[in-house]
Amino acid sequence: MAKKVIEIKNLSYSYPDGTPALKSIDLDVSEGDTLGIVGPNGAGKSTLLLHLNGILRGNGNIKVLDSEVSEKKLKHIRSKVGMVFQDPDNQLFMPTVFEDVAFGPLNYGLPPEEVRYRVRDALKAVEMSGFEDRVPHHLSFGEKKRVSLATILSMSPDIILLDEPTSNLDPRGRRKVIEVIGNLKVTKIIATHDLEMALELCERGVILDSGRIIADGQMLDILKNKDLLEAHGLEVPYSLR
Amino acid sequence: MDYINKYASIQSIIHRRDPRVKVIAFVIFVVFIVLTKTESFTAFAFYGILIFTLILMSRIPIKYVIKRSITIIPFVLFIAIFIPFLKEGRILWSYPVGSMKLTITYEGLMMFWNVIIKACLSALCMIILTASTGFFQLLKALEGLKIPRIIVMIFSFMHRYFFILQEELMMMKRAKESRSVNGRRWQHIKALANILGVLFIKSYERGEAVYLAMCSRGFDGSIRTIEHPRLTNRDVYFVLIIAALLVFSKFLELLI
Repeated sequence: MAKKVIEIKNLSYSYPDGTPALKSIDLDVSEGDTLGIVGPNGAGKSTLLLHLNGILRGNGNIKVLDSEVSEKKLKHIRSKVGMVFQDPDNQLFMPTVFEDVAFGPLNYGLPPEEVRYRVRDALKAVEMSGFEDRVPHHLSFGEKKRVSLATILSMSPDIILLDEPTSNLDPRGRRKVIEVIGNLKVTKIIATHDLEMALELCERGVILDSGRIIADGQMLDILKNKDLLEAHGLEVPYSLR
Repeated sequence: MDYINKYASIQSIIHRRDPRVKVIAFVIFVVFIVLTKTESFTAFAFYGILIFTLILMSRIPIKYVIKRSITIIPFVLFIAIFIPFLKEGRILWSYPVGSMKLTITYEGLMMFWNVIIKACLSALCMIILTASTGFFQLLKALEGLKIPRIIVMIFSFMHRYFFILQEELMMMKRAKESRSVNGRRWQHIKALANILGVLFIKSYERGEAVYLAMCSRGFDGSIRTIEHPRLTNRDVYFVLIIAALLVFSKFLELLI
């Protein structure tokens, strides 16, 4: 059996105003998995992802790559768990694409040659080679999304968390992002309500609603289950009807 | 293209210089201008010629330089315009206004000239510097010159998010306009105030989100960048030539 890279036990979290967001979540992810977390808006998908690299700290136990998520281990964990945020304008904050992709590796004190090498590789992986000197503001939305992904790839993480990777994209941009994600050979956790994409990319699926895990199993089985989906604000994807 | 970097991609001797060298050269230039004696007209004329030559060398359209200076000069004029009337000294001209007397003095006029010429020449220096250097390179230069990184970062974020905030504002304004066709002026102003409030909250929240994204990539408060390329001989010559010409201008000043 594949090694477990993420183990969550009895995780609960409330927003600072007291609204509960996650309620006793138990979830394991094995190495090399592509896990899709689906659920309606406000289900807690993003909140759950933010726990996995220690941005948010709830009650419960989270083990990532054999180490507890704790203050001491944060920097290490964040180098191994990359998070791609939903809005690329928040992810891309440096003046040029190169500097943005280099930001992570530089923070981990890699030598300049290695950083350049990694930036080149990361941009190649998302098919954005040659955009190094471009200003993020002048990229198309799809390009921004792919550069966002490159900013994570350059840290060569073992786990990538993706928050709504296909939202707001036109069909071509969406297709390209899906291809790029599909080609990545690491453990991936994708939070989305783009169910067609989830079906295409994820073997395993989890339905999250009102902070609870409702179902956990094969993505295909979950997405075929009309009653289950409709009870939680989702619907069977067209390709399965 | 954005307005700030409009002419930053031209190829010219000035554009090719290392941004750090340009910043140093133009800052020295401004210091010399400011320290020049008011009455050394030759020195000012010399600076003028030097600046004009630099503009020609940089291939930035003169029209653009004039346009940029027009946005600055009115401010200087507005501040300086009262000086000739307020400074005491030899009276050149006076005009009775009621029981008061409006007078222009020689000393006042000289001080006015002093402010105007120095402000204009310095502004022109900065226009050449900023027009011939991309904003990003300028930031790099400041960083290379050991300006605190946090300040450079603030400039950088300002540039990065200015346009995004502008877009957000524009979209909210459109949404407002498509719903409020009539209505009194006062209501429009009230709506605009709300829009500004929302914009403020949005930028605050964006700031938080950006910070989270930074933390996710190992940000711990210190900013690291790849080291700078070495200066070429030409860069060094550039500073030396500018410095030599400025020192020469000091001799001109002694003559007058």
